[in-house]
Amino acid sequence: MTARIERPLSPHLQTYKWTMTMAMSIVHRVTGIALYVGTILLAWWLMAAASGPSAYATFQDFTGSFIGRLIVFGYTWALIHHLLSGIRHLVWDLGYGFGKKEREWLTWGALIGSITLTILLWIIAFVAGGAR
Amino acid sequence: MSTTNSSIRTPLGRVRYLGSAHAGTADFFRQRLTGVAMTLLMIPAIVIVMMLLGRNQAGAAQILGSLPIAVILLLFIVASAWHMKIGMQVVIEDYVHDEKLKLLAIIGNHFFTWVVALVAIYALVKLSSGV
Repeated sequence: MTARIERPLSPHLQTYKWTMTMAMSIVHRVTGIALYVGTILLAWWLMAAASGPSAYATFQDFTGSFIGRLIVFGYTWALIHHLLSGIRHLVWDLGYGFGKKEREWLTWGALIGSITLTILLWIIAFVAGGAR
Repeated sequence: MSTTNSSIRTPLGRVRYLGSAHAGTADFFRQRLTGVAMTLLMIPAIVIVMMLLGRNQAGAAQILGSLPIAVILLLFIVASAWHMKIGMQVVIEDYVHDEKLKLLAIIGNHFFTWVVALVAIYALVKLSSGV
């Protein structure tokens, strides 16, 4: 029916030199997908609180375990990174920060900021949670 | 382009004016709207989580049942459910090229989002009604 015409294709990912903005664009997606799956944890937490002491204890046993802590730590970083990276995207949506220096600064800022804030939040969490 | 074309209309003529329903930016805007909402809600949400750390069920239920906290969390849940549904749909449309699989994935995305959001909302309503 329709004959396909061989048109030139644009080069795909592997052709390009890796840049920070490109890597962080992928990280934004990956953290978004992780947060999507991680909402199960949020729903479980609220459901457990609404269900009763034994359900809540089961949830706390999980989040208190090594694997649980690792997941919640990863979730914290994914959330903070997606937040800061998202703010960066809002800045770009408004038409600012496209210069060579600005875009690098925004991208590194989101990464360094998210790591710093995650560690800071966990220190506060240990102080706040440990005091009870 | 057709090699055996039964119509005298050109391929361009056939598709012209069929394209846009002029509603294409709705999801784009809503994704940013919910993103801004969650940015504003992030600090209160983090404070609420910190308040709950290390407490047992009775303590957690009491905090979660208070009006401002329940409302902040409800807003956060609605915004995040909407945001993640749009985001996942974009990801699906980018990477799943088989039409049937894509449809299945998009339906699954709707189901997942609705279930997670409604479970969380139901739990909060239950905690607020004190039963």
